Amino acid sequence: MTQPTSTSSAVTVSTSAAFVATLKRDLLVAFKRRNDLLNPIMFFLIVVTLFPLGVSSDPVELARISAGVVWVSALLASMLSLDNLYRADYEDGSLEQLLLSPQPLYFLVLAKNIAHWLIAGLPVVVLSPLLAYMLYLPQEAYVTLVLSLLIGTPVLSLIGSIGVALTVGLGSRGLILAVIVLPLSTPVLIIGAKAVTDIMFGLPVGSHFALLGAILALTLTMAPLASAAALRISVN
Amino acid sequence: MAGMSLPTSSSESPVSAAPESATFAREQSGGVPLLQARSLFCERDERVLFSEFQLDIHAGQLVQVLGSNGSGKTTLLRILCGLNDSYEGEILWRGQPVEEQRETFLASLLYIGHRVGVNRILTPRENLRWSASLHSPVEDDRIEAALARVGLRAYEDIPCRNLSAGQTQRVSLARLLISPAALWILDEPFTTLDVYGVRDLELLLAEHVANGGAVLVTTHHRLDVPCELHRVNLDNPSERTVVPAS
Repeated sequence: MTQPTSTSSAVTVSTSAAFVATLKRDLLVAFKRRNDLLNPIMFFLIVVTLFPLGVSSDPVELARISAGVVWVSALLASMLSLDNLYRADYEDGSLEQLLLSPQPLYFLVLAKNIAHWLIAGLPVVVLSPLLAYMLYLPQEAYVTLVLSLLIGTPVLSLIGSIGVALTVGLGSRGLILAVIVLPLSTPVLIIGAKAVTDIMFGLPVGSHFALLGAILALTLTMAPLASAAALRISVN
Repeated sequence: MAGMSLPTSSSESPVSAAPESATFAREQSGGVPLLQARSLFCERDERVLFSEFQLDIHAGQLVQVLGSNGSGKTTLLRILCGLNDSYEGEILWRGQPVEEQRETFLASLLYIGHRVGVNRILTPRENLRWSASLHSPVEDDRIEAALARVGLRAYEDIPCRNLSAGQTQRVSLARLLISPAALWILDEPFTTLDVYGVRDLELLLAEHVANGGAVLVTTHHRLDVPCELHRVNLDNPSERTVVPAS
């Protein structure tokens, strides 16, 4: 009874260590599989560059749609890479290990969501001014665009996580992920894109940011809990 | 609670009242079993896998679950871990229901399933570092020592997709060496191991049991362990046998 069986000491392990380790691990996997890292960025770049070719090269017309184009592409780029979030872990059994950790699942799921955002969200935010320039977005709207994406893209990762967690156990998922995730993501898309168009017309955008911030706060607290519950169901 | 937990499985349930050694209760292990399943009932696809199933696992016991394919071995293990909740009945950890003390229970549990939980992109070292941190972080030299003991010296930094199935299994088994968990629940841990691996694992299980831990394992392999072995057969759940140390 002396050595390995003392449970009390095992309980006092720190949650932050597990949080950091999970975040690091997911980033490490992404860096080792370079596709994970490049796919969202490449997708984002390609879709946005296709618009001037497909729609028109007229600066006025492009400027009008630019906010929407950048935002929709960001949303799709985030969705495209969602599958990496739990798929491999489900298949190799790591997900079971995650669920059997004595640490609160909320933080472990949050760590994975943050890793997803760093891989699929942050690069999009960083690149957005460049693409906005290509689409003739007026200069006064740049800051608004970047800020709205900075607040909005984490929400996309957090909401997307619920969708993947729900569908990860299904054999053929097809479009079901999009059907679950897109309706939940549209408010962010609408508010984010609207903030950028409004600033172009010189309208106040404070309320848009307040709403985006509120949505982020809500999803940050609630979405990982929903993901955790969904993962439990999927593994069951 | 502690007082009544011992006699339950033998006296209250007619199913498990087998002629000899119906339960694994051992007086010397100090009363309350580590893990207890009481009147478990599980049904899958309208087929009853087990009903009124009783199981006591005491500290210092090695329990092997036997049963034909599809008899519910994996389901039983997943139910006991809490990965599967489609059952009726009660599961107790040290005499208290597990749902009341989930974190305490999980801190004392190490589960290795069919899917062993080894990421193919990462190296054995990185895999172990993460698995350990989910419970309690360990230093790098302990990870190295654990990998060496399971025969993966010089493979520490090779991506797991380049390892063989048996070696991947060994990566997962290295977790046993760095975990402080008292209860090991292992689902078919022998399948891909070579004869030396099998022997090493058998010794490891016996060592854990000798240190006061407990092991619940499913395998079709004939265990040859230097400690007492308790057998449950899911095809005939009331039959419990104890194989003396070899």
